Amino acid sequence: MKELVGTTGLIFNEPLLWEKGAKGRIGFSLPRRDVDPCPLDDELKGDGPDFPDLSEQDVVRHFTRLSQWNFGVDSGMYPLGSCTMKYNPKTNERQASLPGFAGAHPLLPAELSQGVLKIMFDLEQYLAEITGLPAVTLQPAAGSHGELTGMMIINAYHKAKGETRSKVLIPDTAHGTNPASAALCGFKSILVKSNDQGILSPETISEVMDEDTAGIMVTNPNTLGLFEENIKKVADIVHSKGGLVYGDGANMNAVMGIVNVKKLGVDVLHLNLHKTFSTPHGGGGPGSGPICVTEELERFLPVPRVIEKDGKYELSEDYPESIGKIHAFYGNFGVKLKAYSYILSMGANLKKVSQLAVLSANYIKESLKGVFHLPYDKPCMHECVFTDKNQEANKVSTLDIAKRLMEYGFHPPTIYFPLVVHGALMIEPTETESKEDIDHFIETMKAIADEAKKNPELLLEAPKISKVRRLDEIAAARKPCLCG
Amino acid sequence: MSKEISELNLPDDVKYTDDHEWARLEGENLKVGLTDYAQDQLGEIVFVEMPELGDTFEKKEEFGSLESVKAVSEMYMPVGGEIVSINEELSDAPELVNEDPYGKGWIIEVKPGDPAELDLLMNKDAYLEMLKGLE
Amino acid sequence: MRYLPHTSENIASMLQKVGVKNLDELFSTIPEDCRRKDDLNLPEPMSEWELNDHMNTLAGTMAVSPEYKVFLGAGSYDHYIPEAIKHLLMRSEVYTAYTPYQPEISQGTLQTIYEYQTLITRLLGMEVANASMYDGASGLAEALLMAIRITRRKKVAVSNAIHPLYRRVVQTYFAPTGYEIVEIPYLANGRTDISALDNLEELAAVAVQSPNFFGCIEDLKNIGEKAHSDKKTLFVTCFTEPLAYGLLKSPGSLEADIVCGEGQSLGVPRSFGGPGLGIFASLNKYVRNMPGRLIGQTVDKDGKRGFVLTLATREQHIRREKATSNICSNEGLCATTATMYMASLGGTGFRELAGLNRDKAEYLKGEMKNAGFTISFDSPTFNEFVVESPAGFETTYKKLLKRKIVAGLPLAPYYPELDDHYLFCVTETSSKEDMDALIKEVTS
Repeated sequence: MKELVGTTGLIFNEPLLWEKGAKGRIGFSLPRRDVDPCPLDDELKGDGPDFPDLSEQDVVRHFTRLSQWNFGVDSGMYPLGSCTMKYNPKTNERQASLPGFAGAHPLLPAELSQGVLKIMFDLEQYLAEITGLPAVTLQPAAGSHGELTGMMIINAYHKAKGETRSKVLIPDTAHGTNPASAALCGFKSILVKSNDQGILSPETISEVMDEDTAGIMVTNPNTLGLFEENIKKVADIVHSKGGLVYGDGANMNAVMGIVNVKKLGVDVLHLNLHKTFSTPHGGGGPGSGPICVTEELERFLPVPRVIEKDGKYELSEDYPESIGKIHAFYGNFGVKLKAYSYILSMGANLKKVSQLAVLSANYIKESLKGVFHLPYDKPCMHECVFTDKNQEANKVSTLDIAKRLMEYGFHPPTIYFPLVVHGALMIEPTETESKEDIDHFIETMKAIADEAKKNPELLLEAPKISKVRRLDEIAAARKPCLCG
Repeated sequence: MSKEISELNLPDDVKYTDDHEWARLEGENLKVGLTDYAQDQLGEIVFVEMPELGDTFEKKEEFGSLESVKAVSEMYMPVGGEIVSINEELSDAPELVNEDPYGKGWIIEVKPGDPAELDLLMNKDAYLEMLKGLE
Repeated sequence: MRYLPHTSENIASMLQKVGVKNLDELFSTIPEDCRRKDDLNLPEPMSEWELNDHMNTLAGTMAVSPEYKVFLGAGSYDHYIPEAIKHLLMRSEVYTAYTPYQPEISQGTLQTIYEYQTLITRLLGMEVANASMYDGASGLAEALLMAIRITRRKKVAVSNAIHPLYRRVVQTYFAPTGYEIVEIPYLANGRTDISALDNLEELAAVAVQSPNFFGCIEDLKNIGEKAHSDKKTLFVTCFTEPLAYGLLKSPGSLEADIVCGEGQSLGVPRSFGGPGLGIFASLNKYVRNMPGRLIGQTVDKDGKRGFVLTLATREQHIRREKATSNICSNEGLCATTATMYMASLGGTGFRELAGLNRDKAEYLKGEMKNAGFTISFDSPTFNEFVVESPAGFETTYKKLLKRKIVAGLPLAPYYPELDDHYLFCVTETSSKEDMDALIKEVTS
């Protein structure tokens, strides 16, 4: 075992903002007053917010110290399954902060915003090429926003045919956002069980698909990291009853340049630019969740849409069957810009991205097989799912393994998801981790499995060297303290 | 780690449902709560979502839910009837459901529409058999 | 490729461990007829330096300050952003982290968002704020759906003086649900006509925006009282310019039940409309019906203060189809930015900056009046106002674009009855000289 990556440094304590400062301080350069004050009616006037007053250095130290309590992709390997925590190229940040983009007002006349309109237009074309689905909207602000938009389109499609359908099929491996998005469109979720191979069986779909069912929501590769091999048959069954296939593209990082999503029979697909296309997660967002659709569904896409006329770009509202708007403006342009910059940096190498992401996941799967219980022993895509079954005898659980990993300098994998696997550890290395780092992760996981046998206390008490230790989530939920 | 079946507290003076609730006749009304098995499976309860006084439900209808930190579990009526009382103490101390499931941790009081429905519920032995089947 | 560290030796030894001959074989579980046969048809990869040139060129086509004087607001505002904030946001432990699912190594994000929630409740006079929504518009849609859940009613009343693009988003969210939206007209003074509420019953919510789309400060006190004349109805207020609450009474002090809006003003660049920051706040009694993530304070095993994601049972990953929303990723980094911004200004600075915005806008308003424009609405305003132009201004407007001045937003596309009306915005970034130059141009 090489030297541990994790170590202790001097980490500072730091109080809450309002426990600092002194009235009258300021950390902002107020512009010179060059006009006269104009009093406001007392009836309307309030007292102003009770914010602490701080100097610029107070603010800088505060947030610098706080940042040191975080773990990011730039700190170390972040194999969080289904989240595709790949490296976030720095050039993307540079491009998005160019004043011409960062300072652009969304309601500028088209002739004064050709640059951003071209970027949106070209990015739509690129995403269409990558997925195989010809029409794209960039408006959804995140993956689940894209799901909602997609389900609205499916709803609008049935309505346009004069039908109302009340149900949607959702596999038991689905992300929780799928049923929640469907419910916002008034659909009732019908849970579909995966087979003993961890994928959908056409027979199961045949049994439940009927003419009151609007369609199916399929994540492919699914959340077990497996390719839905029967997807075409499933799609045919759904289509034969007049339904549509919604594809959750959260796991697109496995199949760029490998699969044509349209050929799979998918009618609507969302992408997570903050996963597959390298834009940072920002500690929870912002994301961007474009959706790609078939020619048949193009007319329902949100407005406005970017169009090209004689080499000039403009925004058009002229789509009478559109579902409308789902964001005040055009979605998270700043995030799309970073994805655009990534695609231009990579070009057709995106296929290599998927190949290496899948190679790395399979390599981990083969290396840890036996040490950890592997519920589905078959080739995986970009992620693999283990469980804590082998460790149960030592009264050590997935949670303890995750917490111990932190002390070795790794972010834990996704845990306890997918729900169909008891005690799941879902590992997604991504293509940007080197073989040395992956090997180190594998060695660490083996070392932890060994500790679980010999000295389980190490796991049960972990982490000890982090800024805080395990937190009392029960107290937090029983007596919520949500503001100070 | 959850309790073994032999460790469960299953009193004789209540009736049991297959949704793991108990019901005890107190005067004309039924007190309803969660069995020891259910509270043990759910783990630390952090919130109890209650029906409103005067609401009426059918037998087996959902009347509220229990939340742990990472799960939600619905509660269903053991018999049809009207909610005549709810355990107000649980809003401040949901842990009572864990600590004293058959006493201070009771959840609702129901005025049964048809008292005969009570006879359809399980006694301790039948419930115990059912739990063994779940193993 | 600099983001792909695998050497051919690495690949060979990994393939061997996996037990396949080449990279293609890794995909053996994908049926032949699902595969793509052709290569991806994308532009040749650019070097970092080619990309810089390409992006510089595109960015150069954009009309932005200081080259352009842009008097546009309407939900996206030009405010100075301190260098310190830009610098702090480059700390990659902040922006390359995921949602704080592992609290022990995410305390930076968690404490920041807890501070954000707190400062937002103080700004709006509310009891609880969530960790953010996508933007002001989707936040308003979610607020109305929340009111429908709480009241179990099916109809909402929405002021016509709410940002027209926000109302369109609400319509999209409501279209599949069957819930009803009733629009309340605005008065000649630019405020919402609350007498229209007289004929409405069984409302889940009454929603207004203040300052509203026309920049007018609504009489929230009266509207709130009117909305609450039915005890069950919730009073929802929204905003596009949170800086206004440095000066104005908070919506919470005027009986608002849910407050939502756009927080882009708080240090977030405009970025052609996104990412922004959906601010969402409410009262404690409704917290279990709120959408979005919440951070709570607690203690660790050693009794030390710490923060966690809490009340997660409301959310999609646990309650699935019964969740209060499907939201998962939010605008975390923008909420972080807003926290830094509010901390930089402090209470004192926030109020002063708000005052400066209003005073500058009032200056331009007065000058435009002198220059022959009609001030359309006589209600008090914050940093935006509507003018009716003299005849022939349309030509001048186009001429001004060529002279690098964007003279307000034409309102006719949003309100057909407001032909020849323009919405102007002035913030602290407009100097008196800029405004004088604008007046000179429109009068020459």
